[in-house]
Amino acid sequence: MKMTLRMVTANRLHDGAVVYLAADDDWTRNVESGLAANTEDADKLMTTAEEAVHNQLIVAPYLIDVEVDVQSSRPVRPIRFREQIRAKGPTIFAPAAE
Amino acid sequence: MTLLKNGEIVEDTWRNLADDEDISGEESIIVSLDRWQNEPDKFNGRNGALGIRLESHQKPDAIADDVERFDLIALDFPVLPDGRAFSHGRLLRERYGFKGELRAVGKVIQDQLYFMQRCGFDAVELSEGEDVAKSIAALNAFTVAYQPAADDIIPAYKTRHDA
Amino acid sequence: MYQYDQTDHTLTRERVTEYRDQVSRRLDGNISEDDFRPLRLKNGLYMQLHAYMLRVGIPYGMMSSDQLRMLAYIGRKYDKGYGHFTTRQNLQYNWPTLEDTPDILENLASVEMNAIQTSGNVNRNVTSDPLAGVAPDELEDPRPYAEIIRQFLTLHPEFSWLPRKFKVAITGAEDDRAAINVHDIGLKLLKNEAGETGFRVLVGGGLGRSPFIGKVIREFLPKDDLIRYIQAILRVYNMEGRRDNMFKARIKILVHELGIEKFASLVEEEFQASEEDVLFLGQAEEDRIKAFFAAPDYADLSDDSPEVIEMSSGNEAFAQWLERNVLAHKQAGYSIVNLSLKPLGGVPGDITSDQMDAVAGLADTFSFGQIRATHRQNLVLADVAKKDLPSLWQELVDLNLATPNLDRISDIICCPGMDYCSLATARSIPIAKRLSERFADLDTLLNIGEIRLNISGCINACGHHHVGHIGILGVEKNGEEFYQITLGGSSSEDADIGQIIGPAFSSEDIIDAVEKLVGIYISNREDDERFLDTYRRLGKAVFKEALYDAA
Ligand code: HEM
Ligand code: SF4
Repeated sequence: MKMTLRMVTANRLHDGAVVYLAADDDWTRNVESGLAANTEDADKLMTTAEEAVHNQLIVAPYLIDVEVDVQSSRPVRPIRFREQIRAKGPTIFAPAAE
Repeated sequence: MTLLKNGEIVEDTWRNLADDEDISGEESIIVSLDRWQNEPDKFNGRNGALGIRLESHQKPDAIADDVERFDLIALDFPVLPDGRAFSHGRLLRERYGFKGELRAVGKVIQDQLYFMQRCGFDAVELSEGEDVAKSIAALNAFTVAYQPAADDIIPAYKTRHDA
Repeated sequence: MYQYDQTDHTLTRERVTEYRDQVSRRLDGNISEDDFRPLRLKNGLYMQLHAYMLRVGIPYGMMSSDQLRMLAYIGRKYDKGYGHFTTRQNLQYNWPTLEDTPDILENLASVEMNAIQTSGNVNRNVTSDPLAGVAPDELEDPRPYAEIIRQFLTLHPEFSWLPRKFKVAITGAEDDRAAINVHDIGLKLLKNEAGETGFRVLVGGGLGRSPFIGKVIREFLPKDDLIRYIQAILRVYNMEGRRDNMFKARIKILVHELGIEKFASLVEEEFQASEEDVLFLGQAEEDRIKAFFAAPDYADLSDDSPEVIEMSSGNEAFAQWLERNVLAHKQAGYSIVNLSLKPLGGVPGDITSDQMDAVAGLADTFSFGQIRATHRQNLVLADVAKKDLPSLWQELVDLNLATPNLDRISDIICCPGMDYCSLATARSIPIAKRLSERFADLDTLLNIGEIRLNISGCINACGHHHVGHIGILGVEKNGEEFYQITLGGSSSEDADIGQIIGPAFSSEDIIDAVEKLVGIYISNREDDERFLDTYRRLGKAVFKEALYDAA
C-alpha cells in the first residue's frame, strides 16, 4: 500500500547538493531517509527548514509530494517528474562517466 | 543608520520633510519632487539648506534647470535590482552640473558603493546591518576602470597611452 | 588574440577579491540569499536542480590552448571532469561548490579569463562570428570591436543593475554566424559609400517567451561613435525599461511598446546630448587592440594539397568529414576545421577535460595555439594547413570529435533542460540523443543536407528553438513531457521566428514526427533546396496536413 505525503527539500548552501529534511532537524541526501508528513504537519517541517535557512545550511526550501510506503512509512519516491530527477540526478550519462 | 560622506562617517544634519509639514524654519530639509513642483516659489528666500529627494521613477530632467537651488539631492534605490538612479546620478553631475551633496538612500549595501561613487554619489546612507568598515573599504574595491564616469578615474584606454 | 595588460589583470584580480569576500559573507550569514543572488549571478554562478552551475565567459569565442587547458583542469579538479559549451560562447560547469568558486575564478584569472557578467541583469559576454578573421565572406574582422565593447561594458558603473540581461553580438561577415538578429543589440560591420567603416545597428531582438527579430535603429553608425551610441541605448534602456514585471523587462519589450521610431528618437536625443570626445577611444588604443588580431604567421602554401587528395580518394569517412566539417579559408593552403561536439548519442556541447586537453594540444600542433567556441555549440580550429588535415582528422576520430555533421540534422543546439535546469518544463538532452541516433544513417541515406534543429527545455528558449529550421520546445502536460514543434525559424540573414505547427507530441512520438517532417521535405524539395527553403516555399499548411493527417 502506498500513499502520498509531503516532505521538505532544498539545496545545501555550501555545495548546492539536493537535500531532504530528516528526523532530528538533520538534512539527508537521500530522499528515502527524509521525513514525510501529512499536510498539517508539513507547516512545522517548513518552520524547521526556515531555521536552517537562517543558519546558512540550505537555500530555498519547499514542499514536495512523495509516495510513501504505508507499512514502513518511508518515502519511496517523489510524485513529480522534476523531483524524481532531482532525487536521482540527470537521466543521461555525463560524458565523463561513460 | 550610518551616513558616509566622501568615505567617512558623518552625522546626518538633514531631515526628510513630509509633504504636509511646514517649510519655514532654518533647518536643513529634504522635500519631495511633488512638493517642489507644486510650490517652488514658496522656497524663495527661505533660510536654511534645501534638499530634494527623487524616487527611482522620477527622472532628473524634472529638476535640470533648478539644480543650483539645491544643496543636496537624494536619489532613492528602492530595492537592490533597481539601478535607475545610477543613470540619474551621472546625469545630475555630468549633464546638469549639480555640485552639492548627491546622496544614495534606500537599499544601499556595500557591494553597490564603488559604482555609486563612480556615478557621482559622494554620500550614502547605508542600509541597516551593513558593516561600516567594510563599506568604507568597498569604496576602493577597484583601482582601475575601463570607462569614464562621473568621478575622476581615468579610463584604461587613456592611461594606456599617456606617456 | 587579445592579451591582458596590467590594467586587465588588476581589474580581474580585484573582482575575484571582491567576490571571495561576498561568498564568505554568505557562508557566515552576513548577507541574505536575496541580496547575494544577484551578486553571485553577476559572477556567473547559478543554482540549478542538483548543484550550482558556473558559467565562464569566452569573449567572442576565442581561447588559447593554455586557457582551454585551464578549463580542463578546473573541470577535473572542481567538477566532474567535463564542461558544457553554450550557444553564447560560454562554458558551463554543472557541479562546482559555492566554497570552491572563488578559487576557480582565481585560476581563471591566472590565464586571463573570468566569469564576470556571464549571468544576471547586466551586459553579458559579447559574442561574435566564430570564423572571424578567417572567413572568406568577411568584410572586416569584428573581434577588435568586440573587445572594445567587452571592455567598455565590463564593470560599467552605470549599467550593472539593468532591468534585465543584455546581450550584444557582432559580425563582420555576409553569412551571419553570430545570430545578431536575436540579440538585444546586433551589430553588422559595413562600409559606407566613402569607404569608411561603420555598423548597421539592430536593437530589440531576443528569444524567450516573447521572441522578436531585432529592428534596425541605425543603417550606418560610424565606427568612432560606437561606444557612445551603445551608451545611449543602454542609458535609455536603464531609465525607461520596465522594472515592474520581470517578463517584460527586456529591451525588446521596451522597443516593442514604444515603437522603434519613438525608441530611436530617445536614443538619438541621448546620443546627441552626450559629450562627443569623452568616449572616443583614440587611434592609439584602437591600433593597440587591432594588433592583437593580426593574422598569424601563415606559411606560403598551395591550395592543392596532395596529402588531402590522396586521403580523400581512398577513405570515404575522411572525404565525408572534409566535405561537411571543413570550410574554406581566406588564406590559400589553409582550412577552417569544425570539431563536432555532437557525437552520435552524445550530449550536445559537452566535452570532457581529457578532450579539452587533447584539443589544446591539437591547436598547438595544427592551428597556432587557438581554439574558438561557436554559437552552435561546437569548436573550431581556424587555421589548419591543408596538408595537415589527414593527420588532424585521424586524431579527431580517436577523440570522437570528428562526427561529420556540421549544420546537419544531428548538429543539434540543445539546452540542458530538466536534466540540469531548475526552470525546465521537460528534458531536452534525451531528445537530442534519440534524434541523433535515429538520423545516424538516414542523414546520409536521404542526403538531408543543411538543417538547423534546436531544442529548448522550456519557454526561456536557451536552446533557440524559435529560430531553428525545426524547433522543439519541451512542455509539461499533466505531469508528462510533451514536445511542441515550430518550423521555418532562422537566426541567420534570413532570420525569422518559427511557426508552431500544431499540437505537441509525446516524448514517444516526437522522434517519428521529426522523421515524418524530413520525409515531407524530401518528397517535395526541388533541386538542392534546403529544408527551410522548401518549408517557406510550400507554407505551413502543407507540412501541417502531412504531419498530422497520416498520424
Ligand atoms: C541551466 C541554467 C540556465 C538558466 C537558469 C537559464 C535561464 C534563462 C532565462 C530565464 C532566459 C530567458 C530570458 C528572457 O527571456 O528574458 C534565458 C534565455 C537564454 N539563455 Fe539561458 N539559462 C540557462 C542555461 C543556458 C544555456 C546552457 C544556454 C546555451 C546553450 C543559454 C543561453 C540562453 C540564450 C541564448 C537565451 C535566449 C536569448 C535571449 O533572448 O536572451 N542559457 N535563459
Ligand atoms: S530553455 Fe529553459 S530548460 Fe533550457 S536551459 Fe533555458 S531555462 Fe533551462
